[in-house]
Amino acid sequence: MTPTAAGEPHATLAADHVPSVAVHSGVAARGRIELRDVAVEFPRRGGAPFKAIEGVDLQVGGGEIVTVIGSNGCGKSTLLRVIAGLLRPSQGSVFLDGSPVVGPDPRIGLVFQEPRLLPWRTVASNVGYPLELAGVPRAERRTRVAELLERVGLAAVPDILPAQLSGGMRQRAALARALALEPEVLLLDEPFSALDAITRERFNVELLELWGRLHTTIVIVTHSIPEAIFLGDRVVVLSGRPGRVAAELPVEMPSPRTLDRLDAAVVSDAARAIRSALGEDAA
Amino acid sequence: MRSTVLLSLACAAAFLGLWKLIVVVGNYPPFILPSPEAVIARFIGAWADGTMAPHAAATLLEVALGFTVGAGSGLVVGYGLGRSSIVARLVSPYIVAAQATPILALAPVIALWFGPWLLGKVVIAALIVFFPVAVSAMVGIRSVDARLLELGRSLRASRRQVLLTLEIPAALPSIFGGLRIGVTLAVVGAIVGEWAGADRGLGVLVNIARGSLFDIPLMFATLGTIAMFGVALYLVVVLIERRLIRAR
Repeated sequence: MTPTAAGEPHATLAADHVPSVAVHSGVAARGRIELRDVAVEFPRRGGAPFKAIEGVDLQVGGGEIVTVIGSNGCGKSTLLRVIAGLLRPSQGSVFLDGSPVVGPDPRIGLVFQEPRLLPWRTVASNVGYPLELAGVPRAERRTRVAELLERVGLAAVPDILPAQLSGGMRQRAALARALALEPEVLLLDEPFSALDAITRERFNVELLELWGRLHTTIVIVTHSIPEAIFLGDRVVVLSGRPGRVAAELPVEMPSPRTLDRLDAAVVSDAARAIRSALGEDAA
Repeated sequence: MRSTVLLSLACAAAFLGLWKLIVVVGNYPPFILPSPEAVIARFIGAWADGTMAPHAAATLLEVALGFTVGAGSGLVVGYGLGRSSIVARLVSPYIVAAQATPILALAPVIALWFGPWLLGKVVIAALIVFFPVAVSAMVGIRSVDARLLELGRSLRASRRQVLLTLEIPAALPSIFGGLRIGVTLAVVGAIVGEWAGADRGLGVLVNIARGSLFDIPLMFATLGTIAMFGVALYLVVVLIERRLIRAR
């Protein structure tokens, strides 16, 4: 029942991990996430409440990429929603840079499993939507949107409606939208799960390149072991029902990470560790 | 595009031809079924000599005001019904009951309360427009994708921003379905209201032409005017709809 019992304590704390990133600028220390003994329960009609996650302690350093992996229904998306402030934990609390997260926060950008573009708006208008809601003047919005579209490779199609885009391009637009408010933290909920394997690999590489430039903190939920290893500085393995942290595994892969490194021994070791952590849960 | 125009013209010609054929074959006297050319001549004449215009203007005003009031309140109530299931449960029985009572049966009561002037017709037209617009707005608001609402919440959209940028755009196709029905019903409501008591309006002119004047071609010309108003107003709604939905 205690949170630490299930979680394998790990020496690699966020703070130790940051320096490799902090070279970029002084901002890397921002975007620190901390979860303390977080539990989420959903009320159930005529029964005990459903526990989605329980006793989750997690620290993510500023500028770190953490992947969260687990089987379906283990509370991965719930965990992400709690960090995003979309869901109030029934116990424990979430901190961003030391202050508690009590609701949706402009410092956090969110990419959902589906692109969630407004179908009646053009790509540019979708990307600029957060700026519009935040009251950014039109002229400034236009320049910002142009930059964002450039960044995700959609500069050629600003006036197209989402329905006319491929799945990959829609997800690019969603990523650009999540970056619009220049968040310190980017949360991605299985963002590539609807894409084909080839597109998906390319997206992973591009995401790392993007991270290399922005140095935002990134938390990615995935159920792909190779993806978790390739993207993560650290892989958090979640066990199911209720979701707890079963293990936190550092990935010692030299940067820059490229796709050919996916075959390295480091990766197979990491994969074995993840599988065993997942397996313990199943047993 | 051009072939569609030609086809429409051919269709209209076929309609008039069939009408003429029935008159000739059935050998009907003009006071039962006047020939199309007689009606068209009377139509032009009635507009030229100023018989039609004041009545048409009166009806058009009733339709415009009745539609505005009915559609406006329908949108507001429909939004409330869509947003709150408690409101829907409490209010919808009355709305359905009001709709299920035939407007023809209600019209004399309304005329009694509001008198034979403009207000009575506006109330009747508004009443009959209200229901389809309220229902379509309710359905439209409920059709908003919950995932988009969550997106709005994650971006800290205000209540007003959610309404303007998520709910209304998502509900528009459904709302326009209701407005299309509503605008034709507004014409029906105005005419019914005039029948229940009025001194002018196209409904009144139909009665005058049939009764005191016994000018059956004028009666048909008036019916034609009413129908044309209905079609024209419907087209206006469709054009506005295209405009709004293309601008998306």
